[in-house]
Amino acid sequence: MTEILTNTEILIEAVNKADSADGLLEAVEDLAAVKAVEAIPTLVEVLGYNNPGAAVAAVDGLIEIGEPVVPYLLANLDDYNYGARAWALRVFAGVGDPLALDLLLKAATADFSQSVRRAAARGLGIIRWSKLAPEKLLPAQKEVLQALLLTSEDGEWVVRYAAVVGLESLAKTLAKTQSQLVPDITARFSGIIATDTEIVVRARTKLAWQKVTSNE
Amino acid sequence: MEQNYLETGEAEQLTVEQAIANLRQKEDLGARYYAAWWLGRFRVKEPEAIDVLLMALEDESDRAPDGGYPLRRNAARALGKLEDERAVPPLIRCLEFPDFYVREAAAQALEMLSDSRAIPALVQLLEGGVAKAQFVPGKPHLVQPYEAIIEALGTIRATEAIPLIKPFIGHPVEKVKYAAARAMYQLTSDSVYGEILIQALAGDDLQLRRSALMDLGAIGYLPAGSAIAETLAENSMKLIALKGLLEEEINQNGNQAFELTQESIKVMELMDSLL
Repeated sequence: MTEILTNTEILIEAVNKADSADGLLEAVEDLAAVKAVEAIPTLVEVLGYNNPGAAVAAVDGLIEIGEPVVPYLLANLDDYNYGARAWALRVFAGVGDPLALDLLLKAATADFSQSVRRAAARGLGIIRWSKLAPEKLLPAQKEVLQALLLTSEDGEWVVRYAAVVGLESLAKTLAKTQSQLVPDITARFSGIIATDTEIVVRARTKLAWQKVTSNE
Repeated sequence: MEQNYLETGEAEQLTVEQAIANLRQKEDLGARYYAAWWLGRFRVKEPEAIDVLLMALEDESDRAPDGGYPLRRNAARALGKLEDERAVPPLIRCLEFPDFYVREAAAQALEMLSDSRAIPALVQLLEGGVAKAQFVPGKPHLVQPYEAIIEALGTIRATEAIPLIKPFIGHPVEKVKYAAARAMYQLTSDSVYGEILIQALAGDDLQLRRSALMDLGAIGYLPAGSAIAETLAENSMKLIALKGLLEEEINQNGNQAFELTQESIKVMELMDSLL
């Protein structure tokens, strides 16, 4: 039987049969390395296991495969396992496909899990805007800007931190095409530096402010 | 751990008045227990909240099947979060209480309050050293909550406890060993102890790796940055640990103008990669 299995099938088998945390990590790394579309369902399944090491390897592998992952992952999001959802959001963020834009917008502002909001906020900053039709660009970017401004007021420090990182990336994109929107971002940065209760959020915002204003 | 403790969006909402009333009544033990937790979680620092929590600390009615005092445990944990020094003497008295988990919660609370009045009572519990620090037969815990005691002494900067704490680096229970490394680093700033915790990040057990992450974050050991980022654990845990490093770096080397050091920027780059 084995001779008719492809290399990818053998590697998928190895993931399914792994019987220890370390064994699973190695099998997932091997499977991720082949960057095969056939590996997508198995790698997505790994996101739901409680094994952070294997999940990181699966996320990296899925991001490497890129756009073919997005429709499958959108159709197979696990609503009840928010660990898995946070990892999935990291995949969407890494691929940057505008197909996932609505999901990222909703997740950043309204998901009950702070890990999901965090990953989504980062993802909103690194959308591959060139994939979007030109007439949709400005309204979508305005929507992302509003969502990130809102997320920068989240109750959890790590979500505000991620929103600042997202706003910094967005500001760099907007500086080239829609520079009239950048002052909204720098004004918000000044507000955070003056008032955020967490010193690490203020520090990251200071860095973002420096990077964005030195580009002008 | 992330899934159990970090998500608070679904907590039942009370008002301050309801929580205080729930804690004052004696009929519904579940409501009392929840109210004690709630007052701590939402940092209700009103004097009346402290009053009822101090009463709960002496409660006799809520008893667990093992003879423990669940409400006292929750009340102690809440008082640790509320920064009212009236809680210090009662919490010190809790360190002598027969329920192990009340003693543990009290030691943790005293660490959070970081009050040097607690030092003699905490030191007393280390008496007998590593030799006496054995498991209680039939229980999942040692005779004293050593982890909490040692961490408290480190945070309170009890340098007089150094000779007592140092031998616990050799304790066979990993978490006690990490607690000793953490406290010794806080008390001596000797990097040897930070390195013990970095080594622990590569251990086989996810729980222990998480524990070492939290310890490194608590001491803000800057050389651990990259090792933290590469640890096989949840990103949310690693982010909390790196936050501890960044806070320590800013507090040590920051200034009025809030200039960012190269080290701070390095830690932020690591954090960015984990979002």
